[in-house]
Amino acid sequence: MNGPQDLGGQMGFGPVAPETDEPIFHAEWERRALALTLCAGAMGHWSLDESRHARESLHPADYYCSTYYEIWIKGLERLLLRHGVVTPEELSAGVPQVAAPPPKRVLKAEAVAGALARGAPTDRAKAGAPRFSVGQRVRTIVMHPSGHTRLPRYARGKVGTVELLHGAHVFPDTNAHGAGEQPDWLYTVRFDASELWGRSGDATVSVSIDAWEAYLEPA
Amino acid sequence: MAHDGHDDHDDHSHLSPMEARVRALETILVGKGLVDPQAMDKIIEIYEHKVGPRNGARVVARSWVDPEFAARLRADATQAIAEFGYTGRQGEHMVAVFNDDQTHHLVVCTLCSCYPWPVLGLPPVWYKSAPYRSRAVMDPRGVLAEFGLTLPAQTRIRVWDSTAETRYLVIPRRPAGTDGLTEDQLVELVTRDSMIGTGLARSPEGVAS
Repeated sequence: MNGPQDLGGQMGFGPVAPETDEPIFHAEWERRALALTLCAGAMGHWSLDESRHARESLHPADYYCSTYYEIWIKGLERLLLRHGVVTPEELSAGVPQVAAPPPKRVLKAEAVAGALARGAPTDRAKAGAPRFSVGQRVRTIVMHPSGHTRLPRYARGKVGTVELLHGAHVFPDTNAHGAGEQPDWLYTVRFDASELWGRSGDATVSVSIDAWEAYLEPA
Repeated sequence: MAHDGHDDHDDHSHLSPMEARVRALETILVGKGLVDPQAMDKIIEIYEHKVGPRNGARVVARSWVDPEFAARLRADATQAIAEFGYTGRQGEHMVAVFNDDQTHHLVVCTLCSCYPWPVLGLPPVWYKSAPYRSRAVMDPRGVLAEFGLTLPAQTRIRVWDSTAETRYLVIPRRPAGTDGLTEDQLVELVTRDSMIGTGLARSPEGVAS
């Protein structure tokens, strides 16, 4: 979706502000927010793609006025409500009131290190051969889906060169909406800055995105 | 809103709205048996004390002293990095990109905050912020200047927008004057920002002994 998360090329946010000796967390609640998000995700009710879509579906004004962990918590509340894990009344009361649907798993302390070390690889077996090869010129499609996509607006309808092929990976555009993983070939596609930004593009700069085959057509 | 001033739990009254909101969620999910609070503590301990840019610095230093490792890192970064035991969440599919005298690499995630956790830990606030995400792809030289980094005008800048589950680690150039240093000493020169591309590795005289 053309949501607030799609920031590449947006203007007006001011300079980057690196923080000297930045702490890993800026408040105790940020620690809990990170851990709660990971533990809730481990229940298995939603995918990483669905959780990203929940965050980018916040109202743009809310998204831009929230810190990153605030966005995570607001997204998590939406996911928990959507999947019936919590009720609005419970969120208001701050205490559990009704039973939740059974989780696929509850992440226990002794399983944390192993689960994090395994992660959740997204490469999948796929029959057939990729349509494009390294070095080939391709054009990204123009689309404005209302659902989740990982093709940023600044890189739609642009001609670039396939630089890497990563095999087939879970397709976020379907997986975010419960429509299955539908693995698709994944490429790194590189664009000259002038292709993306016109005359203001720096001739020494190139930018790549990772793009699924469904985002590409021959140039 | 979940917390609109009518919260009747007095023990929450001293908390900020967001603190109360997170605590309520934790109370509900733990109360339902869906979240183990000790698992939460373990996650926090790992990302606060065990996983961080020191891991990536070891990978970089090894690549500087061991050409065979550097070749493995170039060919299959996920496998090469796993030799150190650095694997898993948000680093399942790694690609290492090597700076040289002509090319400087810079990593961003314009759509969210994708970042190679097993080698760099959790991302800093600026990496997740709108200023960095909006401008790294359009004005990388301007962004680098805000980090105090001005590259030669002819240096090519290669920006990697992490739009899938591929995670990129920049391998900075080995600083001059480091021929006599051990691998452990070289680790000290590798900053987090040099592995994102917003900085360079430090020169040895810049490091306190």
